[in-house]
Amino acid sequence: MKTLTVIFLAGAIIVGGIAVFLSSQKSAGHGELNIYNWSDYIAEETISSFEAETGITVTYDVYDSNEVLEAKMNAGSSGYDIVVPTSDFLARGREAGAYQDITPDLLTNLGNMDTSLQAQANSIMGSDKAGLIYMWGTTGIAYNEKMIAERLGDEAPTDSYALIFDPYYAEKLSDCGVVVLDAPTEVLPVMLSFMGREPTSEVARDLEAATKALNKIRPYLRYVHSSQSITDIANGDICAALMWSGDALQAADRADEAENGHVINYVVPKEGSNLWFDMMALPADAQNVENAHLFMDYMMRPDVAAANTNYIWYANANAAATPLVDSEILEHPGIYPSEEARQNMYVLPAYSAETDRLVNRLWASFLTGN
Amino acid sequence: MMRWGRQQLVRLYQQATAPKIGLFWVAIIPLAWLTLFFAVPLLEILGVSLGSSRRGVPPFIPAWGLSDEGLFFAPNSDSYALLLRHSSDYFIPLYNSTRLAFGSMLICLVLAFPISLWAARASGAVRLSLLVLVLLPFWTSSLLRVYAVMGLLNPTGYINQFLLFLGLRETPLDLMRMDISVYFGIVICYLPLMVLPLYAVLVRIDESLYEAATDLGATRSTTFLTITLPMARPGIVAGCLLVFIPAMGEFMIPELLGGPEQLMMGKVLWAEFFRSRDWPVASALAVLLLLVLSIPILWLRHAERRMRET
Repeated sequence: MKTLTVIFLAGAIIVGGIAVFLSSQKSAGHGELNIYNWSDYIAEETISSFEAETGITVTYDVYDSNEVLEAKMNAGSSGYDIVVPTSDFLARGREAGAYQDITPDLLTNLGNMDTSLQAQANSIMGSDKAGLIYMWGTTGIAYNEKMIAERLGDEAPTDSYALIFDPYYAEKLSDCGVVVLDAPTEVLPVMLSFMGREPTSEVARDLEAATKALNKIRPYLRYVHSSQSITDIANGDICAALMWSGDALQAADRADEAENGHVINYVVPKEGSNLWFDMMALPADAQNVENAHLFMDYMMRPDVAAANTNYIWYANANAAATPLVDSEILEHPGIYPSEEARQNMYVLPAYSAETDRLVNRLWASFLTGN
Repeated sequence: MMRWGRQQLVRLYQQATAPKIGLFWVAIIPLAWLTLFFAVPLLEILGVSLGSSRRGVPPFIPAWGLSDEGLFFAPNSDSYALLLRHSSDYFIPLYNSTRLAFGSMLICLVLAFPISLWAARASGAVRLSLLVLVLLPFWTSSLLRVYAVMGLLNPTGYINQFLLFLGLRETPLDLMRMDISVYFGIVICYLPLMVLPLYAVLVRIDESLYEAATDLGATRSTTFLTITLPMARPGIVAGCLLVFIPAMGEFMIPELLGGPEQLMMGKVLWAEFFRSRDWPVASALAVLLLLVLSIPILWLRHAERRMRET
């Protein structure tokens, strides 16, 4: 029995020693930072440069839908210090108590931000401490130049939602593939703006009318999906799709690189578009709040913000970074719409729980076709 | 040290095999497992389904639990009432789920039977390679296998490239986002679940039974119908349940390979949870689905028992 005790003791000492050593190793740096961001949404060097500069160990995870992030935030103790929800999701999350305020005093580069864009985002949040705009964009139409010209010729309304939402055109394009996003809270407002109604309306009659109009083009849709269209339109499997700006431009870039003869254009239709902001925000139970502020401050540096935009093709809201952004991106009206075009855009509201349920039911009926 | 270990093991073994006490120890592990990973989560889902939705963390108030003021118990059936009121919204997805899961199950059965029979009656090396061939894809992620199916069926995929190359078609065949692509995906992912239980029963059939049947003049089809099929019945039942039940709730395969016509219950549950953000309604739907799914299981068990008695 004596030998056994000795072995047990020795084991305990070794295990304990390793544990102490490991934990001291961790705190030898300058702490940790856990980031949860959209997939393919940051330049390759951004995180490693931050780590090299500060000595902070970053754990970087990704998600691909606001819904997944929201479910994680709502369940509590996510373990993340910075997350990047879209404005309407952040507004709802703040209402639920899932987020904490940022501390502007800890941010030295706040002056670099585009004040009008940040103010617009702040007004939806009802607070100037909700978070900082990381990237922003629009929802519009991506189309295959040649395939559309072959089927519609000169009459193709490539500056309007009619290309997809008017059954007359949708029918003619059905053989080459028309797709809409599987995102009811974005598609219904866009349809409302096409119908000339208030896009942010929560009135049941409006939403039902928009669904009815969508049902008319349903027979001509190839499918309804939010990410599949990137690959498919780049390969020429589909020819017109309602898409997010950055995704559409990624697809255009892929088609260009593949040299498969497909030219993909992205337009913000004349009826207007929803303007969305992806915001860097702090979960209520963030553990490394100070490091999170260091990171946000780093992300607001002009060179860092510009490098991210040049890599992911989404617009940042950093006025000081503008001279450093590639001219090809800066001059693209789909990425950086003109001040005039922005007048025509609206920001999505966070629907009430009742409207959420109604929209979800209408969407299910649209998908199943009854 | 060694001697101590052996003595302990012998004593443990004696205790375990002694009547009564032994049974208790043997049963406690699966019992604890079932309590921890089946009963507790199920009770929790039931608790959420009878609770109410709110905007907060977590986004619901459960029907029972501990609060600052102590234990509380306040279940309500609002979520079930809401589901009942909108029940017509769920018929089509439920029908789609049943149709696609049942169809895939039948395809799996038809494909798996000859494979299992061949493996069961083959000799060592052939048997091993057959089983490995069935199992090998099972070891890679099912997500990758579904993407492989997409690479086959896409308008620019291998099947269409081949058809266009042969000149059999002028335009690509539409294979994606249809029933056929969902069947394809489910069968590829679930086939081993049908093959293994079938193989397990078929391999135990005594060769001499077949010889006796042949000696007594039975044709091949008579042998199959009167010996192989009845003796394979437990395997058929097990395989069908293993394929049908998870396929009913399948989310990933119809999401990637199906279109609107293939909207299944898994996606509806997802939408209630992630889009309506109504965890109580989503839980109520899960509970109802569980009840609906227990019906075929109970019926099959009942039918099995009656067949065995006669």
